[in-house]
Amino acid sequence: MSRAFTPKVLTGNDLRSGEAVYLAPGGAWTPHHGEAELLTDEAEAQLRLLEASAREDRVVGVYLADAQLGRHGPEPVHFREAFRTRGPSNYRHGKQESALS
Amino acid sequence: MYRYTDFDHAFLAERNAQFRAQVARRLDGSLTEEEFRPLRLMNGLYLQLHAYMLRVAIPYGTLSSAQMRQLALIAERWDKGYGHFTTRQNIQYNWPKLEDVPDILDALAEVGLHAIQTSGNTVRNVTADHFAGAAADEIADPRPYAELLRQWSTDHPEFQFLPRKFKIAVTGSPNDRAVTRAHDIGLRMIRDAAGAPSFEVIVGGGLGRTPMIGKVVRDFLPAADLLPYVEAILAVYNTLGRRDNKYKARIKITVHEEGIDRIRELVEAEFATFRTRYDGSDQTLLAEIEQSFAPPAFIAKPVGDVDAARRDPVFSAWADTNTVAHRRDDHAIVTVSLKAHGATPGDATAAQMRLLADLAEDYAYGELRISHEQNVILPHVARADLPTLHARLLKAGLGTANVGLASDIIACPGMDYCALATARSIPVAQELALRLDALKLEHEVGELKIKISGCINACGHHHVGHIGILGLDRAGVENYQITLGGDATETAAIGERAGPGFAYDEIVPAIERLIRAYLDLREAPEETFLMAYRRLGAGPFKVALYGDEGKRDAA
Repeated sequence: MSRAFTPKVLTGNDLRSGEAVYLAPGGAWTPHHGEAELLTDEAEAQLRLLEASAREDRVVGVYLADAQLGRHGPEPVHFREAFRTRGPSNYRHGKQESALS
Repeated sequence: MYRYTDFDHAFLAERNAQFRAQVARRLDGSLTEEEFRPLRLMNGLYLQLHAYMLRVAIPYGTLSSAQMRQLALIAERWDKGYGHFTTRQNIQYNWPKLEDVPDILDALAEVGLHAIQTSGNTVRNVTADHFAGAAADEIADPRPYAELLRQWSTDHPEFQFLPRKFKIAVTGSPNDRAVTRAHDIGLRMIRDAAGAPSFEVIVGGGLGRTPMIGKVVRDFLPAADLLPYVEAILAVYNTLGRRDNKYKARIKITVHEEGIDRIRELVEAEFATFRTRYDGSDQTLLAEIEQSFAPPAFIAKPVGDVDAARRDPVFSAWADTNTVAHRRDDHAIVTVSLKAHGATPGDATAAQMRLLADLAEDYAYGELRISHEQNVILPHVARADLPTLHARLLKAGLGTANVGLASDIIACPGMDYCALATARSIPVAQELALRLDALKLEHEVGELKIKISGCINACGHHHVGHIGILGLDRAGVENYQITLGGDATETAAIGERAGPGFAYDEIVPAIERLIRAYLDLREAPEETFLMAYRRLGAGPFKVALYGDEGKRDAA
């Protein structure tokens, strides 16, 4: 029996700023995890990864990260990915700097 | 201090121009990421969790006031107003934009600084005792040798693609403040029969996933043979180093697998050849370099005022912890703590950098040092000036009296910044320091080195902390392992793992239990944590950590 596929988002870093970004439905990149496309099909996720890896013109270091559907769209599963959606914990820098709170 | 020659300036200008063009070609799409990545890494530019990170070398930890001001300017103009001083005497900027990096590198070059070989499988920034040229216990200033090694290894064509990165540390003092035994090559100065400086050469030390204390490959090396001998070591390593397995590629593994006797044999054979190829020009260059490290023109000042100032307990506590003996009786070495309780270890704001530059100019002949313990040193301060200097530091929030104490914590950036990290380090250090401050115990506890790494690569030197903390990812949760009994000095030792790890919210209370246990167990205040650990073994400390379970484990 094959294992159930954990849904993924495709993520990487913006070439110019290095900021964490996510692939949104339709193929655009967004800085907001909640706007990412939740990839529930393994073959489709791999295809997205291959396509993005082949042309890292705007976004670099792309990989698939585990995610789950939350109240406001896809949410990270692992704490590393959760940190990437906010920024460091010692200063209010990164995404949390501009986030509405 | 070493001043760049026309050759140095021209070399750097050319490198920076090359990188500017490479960045432009990356941005216009002419270079792929695969092509660009090694180019940016050669220039110290990493991609981290939230942004790029630029790692700038501070060779042997020495800075002038002008250089420190330029670091402040860069922090303000192109970053978020601060910089992070690292355990390898580098400064890291956490938020540069790719297109700004060429301008940053040009700004660094204006003051004789660069980011070359702060990444990649090359000879990295050569580090040294942060008290070099000032310490009372020193044989000679090790920095001319470090500068000679920097010039020789920078862009050395044979050593740009070593099996793995290569770190060299040098100390001129028998008291090792440069962690030489945990470096790929450690150079410890000794005297020859005539009293002239020579070196004990240590090879194959390192921390990381397989921590090793370095072994003596040559117990006596005339200083004049330094370059051919180091070249011989690198040549042997370049040939034998394990390129098949990244985790076995450091020289420590080569030394471990081949044995130190075999390595010595091979190095000596290479050395015999290399030595004949050196025509003495390296010694001419060394003599020139040595001139630029001449001590400042010390101004003698009577020290009378200091004893009166000692009546102020705040000054007195600071003078006890943050100053040490200088080679001159009327001077002291001042360590400015970048570990205010609750602050990020090693971080300095642009305003703090500028103040430190001013203070160095006013009281320390314009010279500063960065220590691998992530503090800033004013190496030559007249003792008479200590009270005024302390008052100015206090006013700026830089007067924390905790150097060498439990809250003087080394912490790597951890998962707050680093793409390799498996857990956070900084908030653990912050919370631990705040707790220690609240307990008001650390002056009673005395010398205690706590070092935190956010992954197995051990940038936070946890293996050589008296108490080491290693942050790991255990099934998707941050978990912290404790090691005990590590030592970074001339009596270097790798700490032993205490037992199962602790959750994020359990680690600070666990360290507090260790500290309280030590206070109960020590025979006298003079017996440090490390001495007590060495006398008693891990047993009672495991009980403090794990209760009766620890007792069974210890039995």
